Amino acid sequence: MLETTTKVKELEKVVIRFSGDSGDGMQLVGNMFSNLSAFIGNGISTFPDYPAEVRAPKGTLSGVSGFQVHLGAKSVYTPGDKADVLVAMNPAALKVNVNNIKKNAVVIYDTDSFAKSDLDKALFTTADPFEELGLGSVQQVPVPMTTMVKSAVEGTGMDPKAAMKSKNMFALGLVCWLFDRPLERAIRMLENKFGKKPTVLEANIKVLTDGYNYGNNIHASVSTFRIEGHASRPGTYMDVNGNKATALGLVAAAEKSGLPLFLGSYPITPATDILHELAKLKNLNVKTVQAEDEIAGVCTAIGASFAGRLAVTSTSGPGLALKSEAIGLAVMAELPLVIIDVQRGGPSTGLPTKSEQTDLLQALYGRNGESPVVVLSAATPSDCFDMAYMASKIALEHMTPVILLTDAFIANGSSAWRIPEMNEFPEIKPNYVKPEMLEEGWKPYKRDEETKVRYWAVPGMEGFMHRLGGLEKDYNTSAISTGAANHQKMVDTRREKIARVADSIPALEVMGEKDSDLLVVSWGGSFGHVYEAVEEMNAQGKKVAMAHFNYINPLPANAEEILKSYKKVIVCEQNDGQFAGYLRMKIDGLTPLQFNRVEGQPFKVADLVECFTKLLEE
Amino acid sequence: MSEKQYTAKDFKSDQYVRWCPGCGDHAVINSLQKAMAELGVAPHDTVVISGIGCSSRLPYYMGTYGFHTIHGRGAAIATGVKTANPALTVWQVTGDGDCMAIGGNHFIHSVRRNVDLNILLMNNKIYGLTKGQYSPTSARGFVSKSSPYGTVEDPFIPAELTLGARGNFFARSIDNDLATSKDVILAAAQHKGASVVEMLVNCVIFNDGVHLCVTDREIRAERTIILRHGEKMIFGKEQNKGLVLDGYKLKAVTIGEDGYTMDDVLVHDAHCKDNSMHFKLAMMGCTGEDDGLPVALGIIRCVDAPTYDECVEAQVEEVKAQKSAHTLREFLLQGETWEVK
Repeated sequence: MLETTTKVKELEKVVIRFSGDSGDGMQLVGNMFSNLSAFIGNGISTFPDYPAEVRAPKGTLSGVSGFQVHLGAKSVYTPGDKADVLVAMNPAALKVNVNNIKKNAVVIYDTDSFAKSDLDKALFTTADPFEELGLGSVQQVPVPMTTMVKSAVEGTGMDPKAAMKSKNMFALGLVCWLFDRPLERAIRMLENKFGKKPTVLEANIKVLTDGYNYGNNIHASVSTFRIEGHASRPGTYMDVNGNKATALGLVAAAEKSGLPLFLGSYPITPATDILHELAKLKNLNVKTVQAEDEIAGVCTAIGASFAGRLAVTSTSGPGLALKSEAIGLAVMAELPLVIIDVQRGGPSTGLPTKSEQTDLLQALYGRNGESPVVVLSAATPSDCFDMAYMASKIALEHMTPVILLTDAFIANGSSAWRIPEMNEFPEIKPNYVKPEMLEEGWKPYKRDEETKVRYWAVPGMEGFMHRLGGLEKDYNTSAISTGAANHQKMVDTRREKIARVADSIPALEVMGEKDSDLLVVSWGGSFGHVYEAVEEMNAQGKKVAMAHFNYINPLPANAEEILKSYKKVIVCEQNDGQFAGYLRMKIDGLTPLQFNRVEGQPFKVADLVECFTKLLEE
Repeated sequence: MSEKQYTAKDFKSDQYVRWCPGCGDHAVINSLQKAMAELGVAPHDTVVISGIGCSSRLPYYMGTYGFHTIHGRGAAIATGVKTANPALTVWQVTGDGDCMAIGGNHFIHSVRRNVDLNILLMNNKIYGLTKGQYSPTSARGFVSKSSPYGTVEDPFIPAELTLGARGNFFARSIDNDLATSKDVILAAAQHKGASVVEMLVNCVIFNDGVHLCVTDREIRAERTIILRHGEKMIFGKEQNKGLVLDGYKLKAVTIGEDGYTMDDVLVHDAHCKDNSMHFKLAMMGCTGEDDGLPVALGIIRCVDAPTYDECVEAQVEEVKAQKSAHTLREFLLQGETWEVK
């Protein structure tokens, strides 16, 4: 069993997983703890793993909600494969996480929620759940949390049932002790959250403090952890998840371009938080329309774009399918439009709260006709800010729909983010009509022959009245045309317009050990796992190079040259090989290997390392 | 509004109008352009949005800003235009298939939200562009290429749907009644909020004469009534018939017969918030049953209510005034942050 003294482990990295019923407040605790850690300078990466059901039956396996956070003395890029510490609020939480924790993990659990009836709900057949799950080697920290919370709130005037809602704070207090985190900042966060409800605030602070003191007093004979903060680039930092960063990136682009932001959207998991964030920001000149359906979401945005605004629609895979026809209209009308697809598990309703990269081909080709659009992806939660900004810039400057692919993993995961100065971002200059064009015989589809971008005339501008539409138009006169040669020319023009976006996007970079036979390729939200795997291998002296694609259509201009300069190329993605197939089509003669997982869960770094190691040995 | 006096010509484009000769849409566009001239909003501040169908070709023939979009989605796109920039005068041109079938959801929601759109619904009770299928406004039993044995479904009555969606403006006219058409279209534009104008339009190729039972010049005076707010609801060639209340129902009577006098005839109140009488008026002669009542033309309902686009704008201004952060950086620095030195 346990030793009687507390050991302090100095660590580079540690993974903590909070797990309980969906009503247990695990997401809040996880977020607060991540924030506290980021504040003292730890690198953080988080992963909320929650069920699709709002409240599944209490104590059952389907109702377990988890939040994993990876803390590092330096930067971390993933929430980590397996947890060093698990907080299990009930037996179901222990059971569903049996494969998510390390062999010698510390498991803190609420003994009051491990009675026979609780074990039954989680379908245990014996009285010892640890033994039954083969978790003999974990360090158990049994804590009678419910009892302790009850006595903590005695005299605060809070009714005991309501008090149970603060049980999560007991767990947080205990974990704060375990990781040597002072409580002041946690208390400040509670004050912000419950400032208007003094009784609730007082109870939560009491329970939090009792949790901390409990750890301190029992000297729980368990390892405590110390992870030093690291010196980041100087500046003001905040904690952002990908959806919030996306929303903020759009606002930044609106501010830079001088155009009001318009979002047309319909609620859909896991994209809805973008709508929530933007709906709050009216003081930053943002209008949001919660439309009657996905189609109206994109159509109101197209209307706003026609009216001269920075127009955006946000959705997930099923919503993108519904928006296809309207996106085709924006292609044909050559209007700027940003479409955010926070990818989730599919097809159909699929795994709404889980993460995949399975919408790539839908984004590239999921429309009728030859209908090219710019497709971008974001690599990490904070990268969502930069890519949302770039998506807006490209849409406005190139008069085209741009689809930005994020995913549930980076949308809900968070990392520390340095708040940028606006002058760090490039200018955004839409290709507006100029008054003198009227004398030169301006037509709505008249374009800059260099970039193939048409000039933008906005309703309200005198003299530039024009009609757009989904029907094919004549290249010269802009009138409706069904002419054979003209259609070919317009198809070529629309393709070329997108291809020439490559002139204004960053070149592909090679990371890791460049002088290698193996190039590992990734795109979008799986960046972190692939990068950690490559970093780990390089640290072991194994030569592996890596190239990550944020820009998918068009590909960076040097993509072919880089990909063809390696003996072996392996494309890692959370789908059946969509990007690998796309690269084969785009780069003649390229035959990359593939690493594919479609489990609704992020990659495991260990699996990647194993795969790459084998490839090096072959 | 500008000082300039416009004529219908200012709202015409250089494009050749390609509707079939004899199509009712020709008359509608003439009435529309006349109404626009009278309205006095400059062509460059005017936007005409349409979906797909014969009538949805209309924007190409207008000298305004225009957008011929996709099937059924005109209302959603027009909602985006108007919400993004309420300073524009936004028209939506749609047909019975575009508006009531594929676009039904967007239609009811734009009406419910009360977006300040002027919606022209050209109802010819047929799909013309796809060459003759029944539409959601075709009468039960209607025989068409897609219903060779007659339809077995009841139609929508556009007025009923509009009022059911809590619409605040509904008017109806006949394509070849240019004077009434121009009047109701102008009134629709002047009304703030979603205004629906149903134009009974003839399709000379696939559904010729569909509205003849009310529009034929011989019988029109007996089969229709032009409603005017504040005036007695009388009709007939001799203007000797009127609408009276008979229990819960409306009844058409001849003044001077059966003891009815002019005093019994109801006065039209288009501005009444309670829409139950407007429902009755809108349904007259439209249910497919012989109710003995004339089809109501003119403005059936016109009630002021807050518009969506103005409320969205007002809320933005209100929040701007309340909050001190007006740039992204100011906003972010007010949140939970920490310094790294």
